[in-house]
Amino acid sequence: MAMTMHQRARLSRGIQYAVLILVAVALIAVADWPLLIEKVFNPQVAAQQFPGIIAVALKNTLIYTLLGFVVGLTGGVVLALMKLSSVAPYRWLATLYIEFFRGVPALLVFLAFGYGIPLAFGFRFNHYVTVMIALGLVAAAYIAESLRAGLQAVPKGQYEAARSLGMSHARAMVTIVIPQALRIVLPPLTNEVILLTKDSSLVYLLGMGVGQYELTKYGREAISEAGAGLTPLVVAGVAYLIITVPLGILTRRFESKTDRMKKS
Amino acid sequence: MSTASSAAPQSGSDDGLAGAASVVIDGLHKSYGSLEVLKGISLSVEAGQVVCLIGPSGSGKSTLLRCVNLLERPQQGRITVGDFDVTDPEADVDRMRRHVGMVFQQFNLFPHLSVLENCTVAQVKVLKRDKAEAERIARANLGRVGLAEKSDSHPDQLSGGQQQRVAIARALSMDPSLMLFDEPTSALDPETVGDVLAIMRDLAAEGMTMLVVTHEMEFARDVADKVVFMDGGVVVEEGPAAQVIGAPKEPRTQSFLSRVLNPTQVQAPEH
Repeated sequence: MAMTMHQRARLSRGIQYAVLILVAVALIAVADWPLLIEKVFNPQVAAQQFPGIIAVALKNTLIYTLLGFVVGLTGGVVLALMKLSSVAPYRWLATLYIEFFRGVPALLVFLAFGYGIPLAFGFRFNHYVTVMIALGLVAAAYIAESLRAGLQAVPKGQYEAARSLGMSHARAMVTIVIPQALRIVLPPLTNEVILLTKDSSLVYLLGMGVGQYELTKYGREAISEAGAGLTPLVVAGVAYLIITVPLGILTRRFESKTDRMKKS
Repeated sequence: MSTASSAAPQSGSDDGLAGAASVVIDGLHKSYGSLEVLKGISLSVEAGQVVCLIGPSGSGKSTLLRCVNLLERPQQGRITVGDFDVTDPEADVDRMRRHVGMVFQQFNLFPHLSVLENCTVAQVKVLKRDKAEAERIARANLGRVGLAEKSDSHPDQLSGGQQQRVAIARALSMDPSLMLFDEPTSALDPETVGDVLAIMRDLAAEGMTMLVVTHEMEFARDVADKVVFMDGGVVVEEGPAAQVIGAPKEPRTQSFLSRVLNPTQVQAPEH
């Protein structure tokens, strides 16, 4: 029997949906719902997390992310300019840095800063400084790559026009090229903020006071404290989504806007 | 209008670049690797003159033009603009460039700035004019190119011809002593070419020194004091417009002109 391509595609899609529904039904049937609700989605335990999870944990997550982003953006700008420099050693240094920090897990960088520095130099940075540097060092590597791509995406004619008007190299970069590059890199930069928000959970590795807990640490501590299953972590997860989902939507909005600009 | 023609000659800080400037190019060589693009070009433009550079693509005209404000650095030879030695390795390039306006084939307006800001940004950042003064000058020049009402638009809202006129206003706002045009109408829709050429005619009539790379033979014939035909990195023929375009002596000039002026006529390819 002959089937058209269209019919075959519909049949294949139908089978996929059927399998999906079967799996979902099986999971729902097998799961122990009362226990699951008791241990994972417990409304009373969830309610107990407030207001601390917002007033302390969410606030700290935002602070850590912001600190990391400030260092990451500053470092990223410097690294991107080094990578595009005509001075070869600058390029090598920037490449070395970027490859290293993109290549090792952020977890490892946190361990090195939290425990390595005190061991090696016998002193400890302030908690916030440690977080800022550890998060920022890694973020800088990723941001540098996004910025470099953005800077290279600005047409050469823009730089030439700026120089032709008598602007110095630095002035042309600051006034003409970098503002345009920033628009191009806004979507990848927002992405970077999302990654940073999640990476800030690594702070839980460091010793800290209760007032410095961020979402993951807060959730973990709440688990052991209450003996109340995983509910606090679910609440923490939702709190992350409250930050990251709007950022994702913002990125898509911006991407479609710049796409429209390109088409016009 | 505060163009070069009205400015009194100044000394000192302007390095002999204020007021309409002459250009003298002497024995210019430029290579990219083993490819020699300019093979010893000598050329002069007197103050207030319009010189048009014509020739087939790849002949080196744009490269020559870009050497004048050092967007390309020649390997050999000398260029002076007014009394300013452009090719002196010690020369303050940025200082020279603020007196030399450049108009590009692709306009190169700054897309993140409004039309008015395009015309004020260098005045403020480079010439250190205060914002009100810069805006006054920018508006005057936008008026001059017929786009006063577009001050608050952004470049992407303008047609190609309008963008090129803004680019001219942007260059004029710096009170240049010399204007370089790099195929200013080549990227334009045919119906907008005339507006741009009309502005360039006005500028020429006002005594602006202009060096123009162009394929608009009619413009060259009408406006240029001198036409220079380049091919293969050398000046093949130069002279008054009527002579070079009307009665060329060199066979290469003749064959180029017959192709450009009668594009419908079938010609054997020149290889």
